[in-house]
Formats: sequence, C-alpha cells, structure tokens
Amino acid sequence: MKIGPAALEDIALGATVLGTGGGGDPHVGKLVARQAIEECGHVKMLQPSELDDDAFVLVSAQMGAPTVAVEKLPGGPEPISSVERVEAEFGRAADAIMPMECGGINSTFPFAVAARKGIPLVDADGMGRAFPELQHETFNVYGVSGTPAAVSDEHGNTCLLDTNDNEQLEWLARGVTIRMGGVAYVTDYPMSGTEVKETAIPGTMTLARSIGRAVQTADGSTVAAIREATHDSIYGTPQSLFEGKIVDVKRRTEGGFVVGSVMVDGLDSDDDRTMEVKFQNENLGARIDDKWVATVPDLITILDRETGDPIRTEALRYGGRVEVLGIPTPEIMRTDAALGVWGPKTFGIDTQFVPLEQ
Amino acid sequence: MNGHRLGVDVGGTNTDAVILDEKDDPIAKTKTPTTENISSGILDAVDEVIDQSGVSVGDLTYVMLGTTHATNAITERRGLNEVGMIRLGAPATESIRPLLEWPDDLAAAIGNNTAILDGGHEFDGRQLNEFDEEQVRDCVRSFDHVDAFAVASVFSPVRDDHEQRVLKIIREEVGPDVPVSLSSEIGSVGILERENATAMNAALTSVAAEAANAFIEAMDERDIDAQLFFGQNDGTLMAVDYALEYPIFTVASGPSNSVRGAAYLSGIENGIIVDVGGTTTDIGALTDGFPRESSVAVEIGDVKTNFRMPDLIALGIGGGSIVEQRDDESVTVGPESVGYRLTDEALCFGGSKLTATDLEAAAGTVDIGETTPDVDGDTVSAAREYIRTKIERAVDRMKTSPEPVPVIVVGGGSILVPDDLEGATQVYKPDHYEVANAVGVAIAQVSGEIDRIYSLDDQSRDEAMDDAKSEAIGNAIEAGSAEDSVEIIDIEEVPLSYLPGNAVRIKVKAAGDLDH
Repeated sequence: MKIGPAALEDIALGATVLGTGGGGDPHVGKLVARQAIEECGHVKMLQPSELDDDAFVLVSAQMGAPTVAVEKLPGGPEPISSVERVEAEFGRAADAIMPMECGGINSTFPFAVAARKGIPLVDADGMGRAFPELQHETFNVYGVSGTPAAVSDEHGNTCLLDTNDNEQLEWLARGVTIRMGGVAYVTDYPMSGTEVKETAIPGTMTLARSIGRAVQTADGSTVAAIREATHDSIYGTPQSLFEGKIVDVKRRTEGGFVVGSVMVDGLDSDDDRTMEVKFQNENLGARIDDKWVATVPDLITILDRETGDPIRTEALRYGGRVEVLGIPTPEIMRTDAALGVWGPKTFGIDTQFVPLEQ
Repeated sequence: MNGHRLGVDVGGTNTDAVILDEKDDPIAKTKTPTTENISSGILDAVDEVIDQSGVSVGDLTYVMLGTTHATNAITERRGLNEVGMIRLGAPATESIRPLLEWPDDLAAAIGNNTAILDGGHEFDGRQLNEFDEEQVRDCVRSFDHVDAFAVASVFSPVRDDHEQRVLKIIREEVGPDVPVSLSSEIGSVGILERENATAMNAALTSVAAEAANAFIEAMDERDIDAQLFFGQNDGTLMAVDYALEYPIFTVASGPSNSVRGAAYLSGIENGIIVDVGGTTTDIGALTDGFPRESSVAVEIGDVKTNFRMPDLIALGIGGGSIVEQRDDESVTVGPESVGYRLTDEALCFGGSKLTATDLEAAAGTVDIGETTPDVDGDTVSAAREYIRTKIERAVDRMKTSPEPVPVIVVGGGSILVPDDLEGATQVYKPDHYEVANAVGVAIAQVSGEIDRIYSLDDQSRDEAMDDAKSEAIGNAIEAGSAEDSVEIIDIEEVPLSYLPGNAVRIKVKAAGDLDH
C-alpha cells in the first residue's frame, strides 16, 4: 500500500484519537511528512508479516516538548542523521522504518523519514497509543534492547547511546534532548524482521487511518462510526463511556509532565453521575463516581460531543460538551509483563487494570 | 458639550451609527445599507445621526469605526498585497516550508515569495543559529518587487531581536514606507500559525489603508476633528495608526463589538450574547464585560492562525433566512438567506420568499412590512421551534456551567429569539439592541497585552507575573488608555510540559478607558 497526502490526513486525525489527549500535535508531523512525500514520492507501507525474518528495521521518533515542537520545526536531515548513525554502528542499511507510537505527532512524522530514506514504513508500532517515555514500548516489554540508539539535532550533532537497559536509554536521551533545545530526533530499538513480528503491535497505522476517516465522515454518532471502521482491527470494540459537560479542569507541572484531571458532569443517560478523567500528558484513567471504568493501557479519548473531533488535553476547557470514548487494547498490551511497564500503578493510579469491556 | 462619541459599524449588509452623549448614553442611532463605496455609506449614516442628535461636529471628541473590510478581503482574495515572507530558523524548520498549508489561490494572491534564513532562538532564549546579515540583505533585495514584508523568527515570542534586525535591514534596503509585519507582535507560540497570521497581516495593509482613508476622508468632509479609533478582535480599540500596521486584529471586531455593546446596554457583565443579523446569528460569551477568547487555533480564509479571536458559534439563521418545508413535513430555516434583499423578497414586503421575519409577522409578534403574510399556523410553529432549538443548543454550548445564565439578544433580527430560552435566567433585549455593535465600538476601552514564556529557574512565579502585568499595562497606556483607569482584565498561565526549570507561559491583558 502506498501512502500519500490524503491518507496522511486521515492518519493524523486518527492519531489524535489514539493519542488519548497527548502525544503532541499530529498536525506538525503530517505537514513534515506531506512536504517529504511531495519531494520524494509516496511511502510504501508494509505489514510486519511482509518483512523478511532477517530484515533490519529501525524505529524513528521525535522526542521532547510539544510546545517546542510547534515552534522549532525539524529542518529535515536531523532524523535521517540519527538513523544513519545507527546504520553505521551496525554496518548495515535499514530495510524499513517503524513508528514508535501510533498516537500523536510520532504517528505521521516517520513517514517523512521513510520518504526521504526511500525505504518502506512498517504498519505497526510499539505503544499502540501514545505514552510519554521510551521504555513504554512492547519492544521493551518483550525483550528488545533499545540501543544502540542515536539522538540528533538540526545542527548535525548526533549522540550515540549504548545503555544498560531501556529506562537508562530514556533517562539519558531525555537529558540530551533538553540540551538540544527541547526537541530532538531519536532512532532506537534496532530489530530484525523476526523481532518486529514477535514484539510490535501490527496494523496500527491502518487503524489510525480507519479511525481518522470514520471521524471525518461520521454521519451521526462518531463512536458508532469508529466502531464500524475498526471492526477488523486487533483492538476491542470501541464504546462510549460517558456523555457530559466539563465542569472543572486541573493542570499542574510535575517532573516535566502536565498532570491533572478533568471532571465531567453527566448529561442524558449519564445524568446525576460524574466522571473524572486523570491525565499525565495522556489520559490515564476514567472513573465514574468512585469506580474505575477504564485505565491505561486501554484508550480513553475525549471527543467533542457536537463535532465528534478528539480534544487534546491542553484544549480541554470548562463548559465543553464531551463524549468519552474507550477502546480496549489488544492482548499484547495487556499481559502481566506489559502491565508492569504501563499498568495503572506505574502511573500512580491505585487500582488493578480492569479491562474496559468488563 | 464636548465629550460626545460617534460609533460606526460597517457590516456586510448594514452600516450602523450611534452618537453617545458625555455620559455615554445613546442619543441618536441609524441603520443604513452598506454601500460599494464605503466612505459614502459612512457619510450617510453619520449625517443621519448628527441630524437626529442635534450635536455639532465640534462636540465629537472620539469617533470609532468597526469594519469587516479585512475579513472580506481575505475571503474574497481581493486587494491583497504581494508579501515577502522571511522566516528565521534554518537549519531547523525547513521541513515545513511557508505557505505549505495555504489554499493555492490565496498563496498565489500574496505572491509565493518565501525564504527560510539562518537565525532564531531556543525556548530558553539561547540562540538557535547565528543571524547572517548578508544573507538577509540578499534576500530582501531579491524581494524588491513585493508590497510588504512578513518576518517570523523561531521563538520570537521569547526573544524578538532577530526579527528586529531584519526590520532594520529592510528599512535600510527599501526605505521607511514599505509595511513590515513582525510575528512577535502578532501571534503567540506555534510558528506556523503565527507566520500565517503575520503574512495575512502584511497582505492586508493596503486594504486597511483604504478603509482608514475612507474613514478619515468621511470625517474630513464633515469637518469632524475628533480622535479616530478602530475596533479590534478583543472588543477594545486601537488608534488608526495601529490599525494600519495591524489590520489582522480587526477581522473579528464585528462580533466583539456586539458582545461589548450588549454588555453595556444591558448592564450585564457575564452571560451569553446572541447577535441576530440578516443571514447569521453569532453566539458569544461575555466574561467580565469582555468577549471570551477562543482557546484553539482559528481558521481565517482556510488558514490556521493563532492570535486573539473571540470564541463564537455562528448559526446560519437570521432575519432574512429562507424557511423551507421538506417533503417529510419537517421545516428548516436557513442557511440560505435573502440578506439585504429582505425588503424586496420577504412575503411581508410583498415578495415571494417565506423568511424568518415573515414567521414573526404572521404570528403577530412584530408589525413589519406592508402586509401580514398568510402562513399556515403549523409551519410557523414548526419553524419557530426549529430556530428555538438551534439557538438553545448553541447557548448551551457556550455556557461554562450547568446553571442558567443571562442571555442578551441584540442585532436587527432579535425578534426571532423567544423570551423563554431554556438555560437562560432571563432573556434581555436591551434598548438600542439593533445597533449594539455600533454602541459596542463607541464605548470600547483601549487595551495592551503580553504573551511570553518565563523560566521560573531564575525568578519566582510572582516576579514573572509582575513583569508580565507591568508590560501589559505599559502596552495599554501606549495604545492610548488613561493611566489611572488601566486594569488587568485577563491572565492566563500555561505550564510547559517536558521543559526543565518549570517554564511557564503567561498571557496578560490590560485595558483602560479613553480620557473623556
């Protein structure tokens, strides 16, 4: 399948839904990819199953502060420099690029890298949504080393990282990113085709595209349209968790993240009930009164009740009429090992993971 | 008898004018059709109110104009300047070229002259890249055919010195008269949206000069020697010189003036404003006497921008909206409208189109036109119900809490709005509601604003806030407000994710009265 500008539009919108409120604005990634595709041609998208077992696949992402990302846009060559630095380390050219996350800016951005490198992009990722840190990857959960990895900036500086574990990769890469001006470009989790097949979440770019198209063309209920469009995906059945009106939004900065919660007073069938959605950049958990109805890693996305458009955390505002959408994540994201990396407790939410569909 | 104010609002359909006495009470008002030649339409309206009020032109201390001239120029791609766009940010930012997102015809209308040069800053004020004076000079020379320049430097809301250096070079190369728009003076963080707004501003300076000159000529023609102001998007005023430099800040002044006028006429500071015109109804929120601003990027002419704009919902329902009966017996109203042809085409004026105004004429709630139209009672109630539901829903969306709020209805089509809206404590239709926009611009204050990222590593939050406040107050005074009346009217604080040192973005707005 070839991806051009029209498909990118859908992917970017779908990635906002999969970003569950965070992940950075896919709009910028979309424009970067669009210009790269205009200059270098459409991007071929491969299913993981289409990769040779010994194919060499690299993961590419932008890292850093969303506020900086909308101001200091990428120059173009810097994500390529980090890819090339890892290629040099292995003495081997990459056969394909794979996104790190399918939510937010990093869903669309790797299409630019694939276009400029002239190699395919793998229809898969390692987060299945958006998460804040580099160890929040199925690749990490299932034993792939994140390094050797490289981080690069627009001035041609590249930093090669070889770390003891993937938490150290996150810690050091984050520090380098801040020195590089708050945004940098990382290439990590070098993998064989076999490792991709064993550890990546397949079909997530197609999922983003289907969701984006559903939101764009929904006639009536957006949640119903998304349910229809994602019928064949490995994710569970999307459902409406709550409908209501935002009555309070609390935000504060903690350890470099925007942490807070939004209170939604129920309308119609949810009358007399209140939902609280907690977030740390991304939405982490939703409870009605005191009962958790959805938590990480399942997807919790707040939609504008009138237009069906997904609302990012920074745009949540007192008075907004919203519908809270939940999407159950696939099994690969819910194993004990996976929950040990991104279950509710790892984000400070004191509950066991309760699958959304229960 | 000094201290009278004349407010004029030039809309797509009507030009409204009011005169306020020294206590700011309306003593004369008129609604006249907008003319192709704006200046003659303004003159007609001004003559009418001067005549009505009996004040002499010497009593007019201030004259305020609200106009949608700039908005129309963008939507119609008319009269736009060819713009030289210079972005400073290389080697960063090159992966998204300027104008990439613009509709082709709008990009063509401003000439597709773009360059990305070395320079810009990091979020913390460090230099992103060296400023290259020769490179800028060469670029300016290569753009010597353009009518105006737009300059956007990375993180210029944090540090604008590179933009200032480009300005200096442009002045040296092409002289003092070519308009130059700097992004740090137009928008906030988000370079694409800020650059877009800056380019539009540069594109609009000729159109703005045309409107300003028409305004000045009209005043000269009647020997009105008053201080002149333009209404801007946030419901405050700017001096004519400022409007010439920042025409983009006038594009949403119409709805803002209505909100402010409604607040003034009703004496209500917090509520929802419903402004019913001939073709559309704008629903806005009134917060402490000012229009609430939109928190998301606002599209103008299909281009994303990020400067101060009121938060509005526009419904395609107005006094001239056409009522349509569907096959399934349901009834819809609008968005098609007879607009300014109401007095020719509406049933009550002997025309053949069933309009929203005819519903009220048929129901007997208003005595308008030449005949009482004969409309089936079921149709009238279905259509009125349709209008009610649409307005109630929009009012509800603009509210900030479930509690009922006051709803103030203004504009020429106010009769369409029922007196018992759901979610309203009360529906107010204040005196002079039909010219609320002209009243709004006439009573407006003068404002100043600051929007900047502060690092709380080397200063406390209070110090940063004080700095922002005093800059905003300074800007308001510079814009013409009386020093003792300036107040802070809005503070917004956004913590910046991932950045070290607890960086915070602070926006502060101050406004004050004109001296009487």
